[in-house]
Amino acid sequence: MILYIIVLGVVAMSYAVPQFMSRQNISAILLSMSDQSIIAIGMTILLISGGFDLSVGSTVGLSGAVTAIWLTSGMPVAAAIMMGLAVGALIGLVNGLLIAEVGINPFVTTLGMMILVRGMHMVVTSGQNISGLTKSFTALGQSSVMGIQYPIIISLILVFAGDFALRRSRFFRQNYYIGGNEKAAILSGINVKRLKIFNYMLTGFLAALAGIIITARLGSASTTAGKGLELRVISAVIIGGASLRGGVGTVAGAFLGASLMSIIISSINLLGIDIYWIDFAIGAALLVAVIIDTISKKGNELR
Amino acid sequence: MRARPSHFSGDSEDVVLDVRGIVKRFPGVCALDAVDFELRRGEVHALVGENGAGKSTLIHILGGVYRPDSGSILLEGKEVCFSGVVDAVHHGLGVVFQELSLVGGLSVAENVFANRQPVKFGDMIDRRRLYEETSRILGLFELSIDPSRQVRYLSADERQVVEILKAISHEPKVLIFDEPTSSLAASHVKRLFNIIRKLKAQGCSVIYISHHLREVFGLADRVTVLRDGRHVETCAVSEVSEDELVRKMVGREVVDMYGGRTASVGQECFRVEGVSRKRQVKDVSFSVGCGEIVGIAGLSGAGRTSLGRGIFGADPFDEGEMFLNGRQVRIGNCRQAIENRIGYLTEDRNEQGLFGWMTIRENCVAPSLGCFVKRFGLMDEQAITDFAEVNRFKLNIVAPSVHRRVEKLSGGNQQKVLLSMWMGIKPQLLIVDEPTRGVDVGAKSEIYHLLRGLAGQGVGIIMISSDLLEILGLSDRVLVMRGGRIVGEFGRDEATEENVIACASDVLLRQDVELK
Repeated sequence: MILYIIVLGVVAMSYAVPQFMSRQNISAILLSMSDQSIIAIGMTILLISGGFDLSVGSTVGLSGAVTAIWLTSGMPVAAAIMMGLAVGALIGLVNGLLIAEVGINPFVTTLGMMILVRGMHMVVTSGQNISGLTKSFTALGQSSVMGIQYPIIISLILVFAGDFALRRSRFFRQNYYIGGNEKAAILSGINVKRLKIFNYMLTGFLAALAGIIITARLGSASTTAGKGLELRVISAVIIGGASLRGGVGTVAGAFLGASLMSIIISSINLLGIDIYWIDFAIGAALLVAVIIDTISKKGNELR
Repeated sequence: MRARPSHFSGDSEDVVLDVRGIVKRFPGVCALDAVDFELRRGEVHALVGENGAGKSTLIHILGGVYRPDSGSILLEGKEVCFSGVVDAVHHGLGVVFQELSLVGGLSVAENVFANRQPVKFGDMIDRRRLYEETSRILGLFELSIDPSRQVRYLSADERQVVEILKAISHEPKVLIFDEPTSSLAASHVKRLFNIIRKLKAQGCSVIYISHHLREVFGLADRVTVLRDGRHVETCAVSEVSEDELVRKMVGREVVDMYGGRTASVGQECFRVEGVSRKRQVKDVSFSVGCGEIVGIAGLSGAGRTSLGRGIFGADPFDEGEMFLNGRQVRIGNCRQAIENRIGYLTEDRNEQGLFGWMTIRENCVAPSLGCFVKRFGLMDEQAITDFAEVNRFKLNIVAPSVHRRVEKLSGGNQQKVLLSMWMGIKPQLLIVDEPTRGVDVGAKSEIYHLLRGLAGQGVGIIMISSDLLEILGLSDRVLVMRGGRIVGEFGRDEATEENVIACASDVLLRQDVELK
């Protein structure tokens, strides 16, 4: 369904604006959505298992910032990246423990963490952007292989791997059972708590990876990095067919959802429409996707 | 108030509701095919039939949920057409649905009078009158629930009673009960029957749907049998026997409901010694032989489900020991139970058992995902499909394919899917909790034969059930629980209805005797 919309949009745009199909523009679209696609993998798994994470945007900001701080203090690149990723996984661990072990609602938990982590970001950076990062680090976000930037390659590889794992591996498939009926999953012997905690850690880890890549790409850790990203990621995942009720969704769908949003943004830019229409269009796309999904489900039930 | 008609003038019986030639089609299936149904004033009219016979569709039409494709409904001689549930209620048709429709955070009184609370000063809820009115209705039910209590603190039994009160409070001419006793304790069933008799005495007509023929014979004046969307027969319950009724519902003879017994019980399969859990299970010891079906009877709240969940590790015991094939096992969670090849069929298939949106094939491998892994932790999709197909055939699950979503199946077929989930772990011990709740007669018998078949292969089976007939019919040995303890044990020949009921209730509940 969403694939048809995208194909239709792409065909229409390539007639309307020839440079839409240019190598640069496609590259720009893929680059702009690379961070969202990476986080969307974790978010898809969370939504399938009946979870939810609002704190990913803040995690992007904080992990990018701490990596930059450690780099400027002279830590080796690999070590700084590892530490940045660890910060993301740690935030996910806290989310997971509060949700799975303490039993707090995911929305409330991650809302709290979103604000808390954003606050920590401001504390450690004193509200300043951090720049002057070493070339060997920024290369991660700026170099390319055969004309394809690293962030695009990383995101595409992860999306493929995530989609495959969620379709085929026993470990990830358990998430559909948890989202389908958590009590039944427990009685089926699925380790629901451990899996939930893992899911939040994975999502935190992927958010941190996205944050590090953004920092490398921009060459500096911005205080506004990742702001509002959580809602764009959740939108992409839902446009891609996942449901807040859990039990359904695919990584490929989420990737297409993210693509649709990026294509809309690119189209608005290329067509010379006032950029203030961007949020309007994305919100409309989300609602239309959900409306179609809901109506088609009602149609199914009558059968 | 019009004069009550004489009981002897059959033709001039006062008909409240007359349903004529109702047809309702859903895509691919004709749910009701020209069904006639007639309800007299002040009668209790039972509606029976297997799942899928069209009972639910008929009451959904009477309750204003569905509109019929053709046919007419005459209420007190006037043709009516309901625009929706609210309209049906205004016309005096109340339905007590199976699914609960209560708001947990509101008081009993506000649930009973949902959206019709008495008001004063314009729109302020008059709490005093609200509680008084509710107390009055609660009094009819001989219930001592505080009207101001929030519904979420009530037990499942009490909630269902509130649900019934909600329907009664509309003072309907016709009240429809859809499986009202499926979640009620015996003492509440008695109260429910009393209130239905009171309603009847006041001239209210009742349509009563139940799988329990015992209730039909105890309560109803007449009974209508539906089968495959068609009206089979309407007759006075005094003119028909239980066996005849079953035959009419199923459309064939149910010869051997429970299947033969296992010839001889093998060596000990499983044993618990002195297990306890909080206040629910107290110092319980018993054993199950290989190939033996041990029935566990008792009233609701006696600790039967806690015992089953304890053995399975869903709510682990605080103390006591368990032995499987003579070897001590520790089970602290469901995974460990499954690793020891112990299965547990939950009593609540929708809430805790099945994955409703998922397909049959995905459901039936849920507890045994690990058995369907190829290399690198990847799932062997073909093996899963094969396994599901084998189960569909063996358990006679009626569905167009194993890719059908479980929520679209009938209750009996859902229960078979639930049972098939535990085939994958090749159980040594299977605990089944209310294995035939909400299942029609035909599927019931199939499930009994399946359980007996498993026992024949040497599986030990613990069957928890509130259905006394199946406890007596299927068990090789009956244990009775009360207050968390095992208070009685009966061999196959000693177990009688009177014995088991007397033992389960301590005081002699003469409920079943009164019903007759």
